Amino acid sequence: MPSVKIQKKSTVTDMTPFVDVAFLILTFFIMATKFKPPEPVEITTPSSVSSAKLQEDDVVLITMDKNNKVYFSASVASPQDQGIIDDIIQTANKEQNLNLSPEEMANFRKTFSIGVPFNQVKSLLATPADQQKNLAQPGIPVDTTGGQLTYWIQYAKQAFAGKRLNYLIKGDNNAKFPTFDNVIAALKRNDQFKYNLITSPEEAPAGTELYKERHSDKKTSK
Amino acid sequence: MASIDTGGGDSGHKKGPGVKKAKKLSTRVDMTPMVDLGFLLITFFIFTATMQTPTTMDLNMPKDTQKQEEQNKVKQSGALTIMLGKNDQVYYYEGELKPDASNFKQTTFKGIRDIIINKRQDVINNYVPSPDEDAKIIQRAKDNGDPDWQNAAKDRDFVVIIKPDQDATYKNTVDILDEMTINNVKRFAMVKITDPEYQLIQKTEESAGIK
Repeated sequence: MPSVKIQKKSTVTDMTPFVDVAFLILTFFIMATKFKPPEPVEITTPSSVSSAKLQEDDVVLITMDKNNKVYFSASVASPQDQGIIDDIIQTANKEQNLNLSPEEMANFRKTFSIGVPFNQVKSLLATPADQQKNLAQPGIPVDTTGGQLTYWIQYAKQAFAGKRLNYLIKGDNNAKFPTFDNVIAALKRNDQFKYNLITSPEEAPAGTELYKERHSDKKTSK
Repeated sequence: MASIDTGGGDSGHKKGPGVKKAKKLSTRVDMTPMVDLGFLLITFFIFTATMQTPTTMDLNMPKDTQKQEEQNKVKQSGALTIMLGKNDQVYYYEGELKPDASNFKQTTFKGIRDIIINKRQDVINNYVPSPDEDAKIIQRAKDNGDPDWQNAAKDRDFVVIIKPDQDATYKNTVDILDEMTINNVKRFAMVKITDPEYQLIQKTEESAGIK
């Protein structure tokens, strides 16, 4: 009786294409990943339909966390402008009699943000930058006339004189409005009226004016 | 060396019984561990990736002024006041707040969009041309490349006044400013809440049990 021979197929598959794709994806993600800089406080920003990209060159960043604590930091685009950062702390030291040592002032460059009243700045800057996040920072005092934040902005404004300075406000979803109002009061006291609020992107809701406008833009540009 | 070649003096083509054949090693490598590792890394990077780059919303505030002539006048007919309260609640009234607060209404962030749209439409419908005022607005719209510049002046009386109260969050504030962009509201102002308004909100919140 002639038996039908069933051919035995090998269960071993060639995995080379599979590996190729896997590593391609891996390479993509490695390239696309931008690690978050270590932040002393976790901030969840609200979303907005605004599509303007964030300018991260010469900026003063004011952060409000969910407990309504206010933090101040400044950063420059090019490394040779680091002197501006030093100027800020030197002016603050002089005007507020902070009694900072040169080492403490040098530490300000590495400090991620200042979130303490003037009388605690010395102890904050005496702490190495990588350990500052373990320190409980009570936030810069603000009130309806701006509080101490006014002075920080003033020193930053002086140090950045002649340069285009952007004011970024980064607030947590749960920060209360009065804090935001106080931050604005501090900026207004320094005659600064243009701010950028950091938000996460969101699509314009369907059917609204903005939605129609954006979609008609796309049609005309194509 | 003597021990290797036992085949004697003849040529190497024919191998003697003592010579072992060199085993051909397969060039195939088991790639499974490599794939495992690859996918492990992919998973790691997918989880840590921060793909969204943050965007910014521009906010321009006016200078505080005490002088009457520098302050902007708002026509009652075109004004919509939006107040932000606790728990993402939105309160609003059109025109001026009546003493008995009969036009004080409550809504949510979902509902406020329709109210803004309706009010705007209302203002456009009741538009009374005023040549000297309109000419400026139309010219500005034209310069800015507004495709609908002919109608730019129609909603000139429409002003939204935003009054977040002490319990409103930053998210609420950004959301309502966003709503201005979404609905193409050209004139809006952020103003401090007045005491009667705040008390009204608190009363409403109390009766509605919002904490």
